[in-house]
Amino acid sequence: MNRLDDLLQFHHQALSLRGQRQQLIASNIANADTPHYKARDFDFNAALQSALTHDRPAAALATTAPGHVAARPGEAGPAGVPLLYRTQTQGAVDGNSVDVDAERAAFADNAVHYEANLTFLNHQIKAMLAAIQG
Amino acid sequence: MSLFDIFNVAGSAMNAQSQRLNVVASNLANADSATSSTGGPYRAKQVVFNAVPVAGDATGVAVAAVIDDPSPMKTVYDPKNPLADDKGYVTMPNVNVVEEMVNMISASRSYQSNVEMMNTTKSLLLKTLNLGQ
Repeated sequence: MNRLDDLLQFHHQALSLRGQRQQLIASNIANADTPHYKARDFDFNAALQSALTHDRPAAALATTAPGHVAARPGEAGPAGVPLLYRTQTQGAVDGNSVDVDAERAAFADNAVHYEANLTFLNHQIKAMLAAIQG
Repeated sequence: MSLFDIFNVAGSAMNAQSQRLNVVASNLANADSATSSTGGPYRAKQVVFNAVPVAGDATGVAVAAVIDDPSPMKTVYDPKNPLADDKGYVTMPNVNVVEEMVNMISASRSYQSNVEMMNTTKSLLLKTLNLGQ
């Protein structure tokens, strides 16, 4: 059982982080016309490394309402990696820092990576099934 | 599940953009309404968007307020008009038709990107459901 867990662990973490990143980029695109909104993203590489090497803290405060703030700054971002603000290429007068083209490119890129992860996972499951069933 | 929250985010954005489109439509329709239910000429309306947290790090959009455009009213010299003042000037709405057209295109493009976002998310979720089959 542990072996199977270890086998699927990498893609499980990667998929979950890809999902979180997709959600962040979706928020950026949705708020493309909101004044003073700042586009956010996180370093996927660092987050995946941190998710694979460190265990999540055993006891963390649950954030049940949207306004709740995580107890420790390290817990704020995905897998303990902080959420960053995107560097602006062209500033807007209303204080919005969303570049819709960049966000849509990131959204498509992230979606393709998510699908790739799903494909890898599917192949691993098929390989394991073949090994089990003979 | 974070991907499901994208539906809420995109849904709230589509809701806000359609309200903006609605306001643009009423502004354009009333670009020449020299009188209204309040007695004075029609005042252009503008929506104010506000970012609202949906769940976790997801941020949706809500219309915080629909405000009256503070720009000054136009005055037109038309002494034959029954609404003209003693000098012959009629106060007309402060609707800027060019600005409203730009606003309309911007709203419809934003709406489209949100629809595409929803479609992509839906296909990702459906593929996730088929995992291991």
